[in-house]
Amino acid sequence: MKRISAKALFVAGATALLGAGYAAAESLSYELPDETAEFRQGPGVEMAEINCVACHSADYIETQPPAMGHGFWETEVKKMKNVYGAPIEEADIQGIADYLASTY
Amino acid sequence: MISRRQMLKTAGSAALGAAGGLAFPGLAARAAETVTLPFANGERPLVRYPGKRPLIGQTARPPQLETPFSVFNEGIITPNDAFFVRYHLADIPLEIDPEAYRVEVKGLVDTPLSLSLDELKALHDPVELVAVHQCSGNSRGFFEPRMGGGQLANGAMGNARWKGVPLKALLDKAGVKAGAVQVSFNGMDGPALPETPDFVKALDIDHAGDGEVMIAYAMNGEDLPWLNGFPVRLVVPGWYGTYWIKHLTEITVLDKPLDNFWMKTAYRIPDNDCACTEPGKPAEKTVPINKFSVRSFITSVLDGDKVAADAPLKLRGIAFDGGSGIKEVAVSIDDGKSWMPTDLGEDLGKYSFREWTSTVKLPKGEHVLKVRATGNDGKTQPEKQPWNPSGYMRNVVETTKVVAA
Repeated sequence: MKRISAKALFVAGATALLGAGYAAAESLSYELPDETAEFRQGPGVEMAEINCVACHSADYIETQPPAMGHGFWETEVKKMKNVYGAPIEEADIQGIADYLASTY
Repeated sequence: MISRRQMLKTAGSAALGAAGGLAFPGLAARAAETVTLPFANGERPLVRYPGKRPLIGQTARPPQLETPFSVFNEGIITPNDAFFVRYHLADIPLEIDPEAYRVEVKGLVDTPLSLSLDELKALHDPVELVAVHQCSGNSRGFFEPRMGGGQLANGAMGNARWKGVPLKALLDKAGVKAGAVQVSFNGMDGPALPETPDFVKALDIDHAGDGEVMIAYAMNGEDLPWLNGFPVRLVVPGWYGTYWIKHLTEITVLDKPLDNFWMKTAYRIPDNDCACTEPGKPAEKTVPINKFSVRSFITSVLDGDKVAADAPLKLRGIAFDGGSGIKEVAVSIDDGKSWMPTDLGEDLGKYSFREWTSTVKLPKGEHVLKVRATGNDGKTQPEKQPWNPSGYMRNVVETTKVVAA
């Protein structure tokens, strides 16, 4: 629902004008547009939001192939905890996997 | 621990989810133009990022942007503002001071280096190379059965003229000690949580010092776009993008192979000739992904297009491989029953897209066009796509259906 701000577009123009060389004596900055993807509504959505959004936007889930099933999502949740170190409580793994499997 | 910036982002997202989405569904639907990639659940927003034209939004954080396929018909060099973007971890640099920027060379070297951008450029005469950059998972969305990961169509690739310094010049300046086996590369982008493995990749020492692997500071005659690794990135000609570390800051010579998650577990392919497994099955033995497989595309007509019947129809497209160079490209207008040679365009080097053209005439009706490239190494594209668990290295002979009327 958030559109790209006028400021972001201004930065786009400014970046394009930088050209070659590093004459600027100060830091350059880049402004990312706002995130717009949201979690689909469904039982357990709050638990998924709390546990997932620290590391990635909701479109990481939204863009996956449809109906991948519980096994796929449970493996993904466990990977987030065990490989990427997401602080997901052991007791929440099933709940998050249930939400993902039934909603996506 | 979550960084402050990340906390702000997270809080913002939660607020959006709780209030905005439910309160203004109509506004959300109008906010962005969308495209639909030709596979199930393929709808994506067209998104606008600073310095980029509208691109296919795969994910927002970390950003993953795909190039709309029509761009590949504009020319064999992919414009900077259309070049795809793929980050792995959410803490991407949003402030960079070029004066303070340093590229370090350390580890198993005689003299560790810490080079400013000016010092880096002064180290060696500029080298230029046109090379394709392609995501390992380019075209993953077309695999059947589907697998998890970025659900890309064919736009996670691009061809640019890179200018920079050979990595070899830095290694020589630092002096690689005996016993070196690999060189690892790290950039400014990092994880949102310290527990997440940082994105660090490695090349074997001989590859790193081959004189072709480059630290690029310019792309198509301009500074690198921010999201493509400003101010410097690694260019590994002919190899998949996972090794092309962006915002490169640390180069470490190692006395044993890097065994982090990104080398040992991720970005690996089945260790056999087809890099494939039985669909749905894991691989018994794997190796790190490496050179591109050979690919070709028709860019001048797209699947579902209508064309004029019984009139000369100029077909054009692109082909590339992992660096043997394109030997020939053939097209078929009868679903692969017969093949005709095409004319190859200007040769910008063995790592570049190679243009091909062919003029055909199609009678009224539906036609199935195919294109197939062969490299100088004799390798060609498969009729049927082999499957692998991660959906890497797709290179099947592409099919384009058109109607002549």
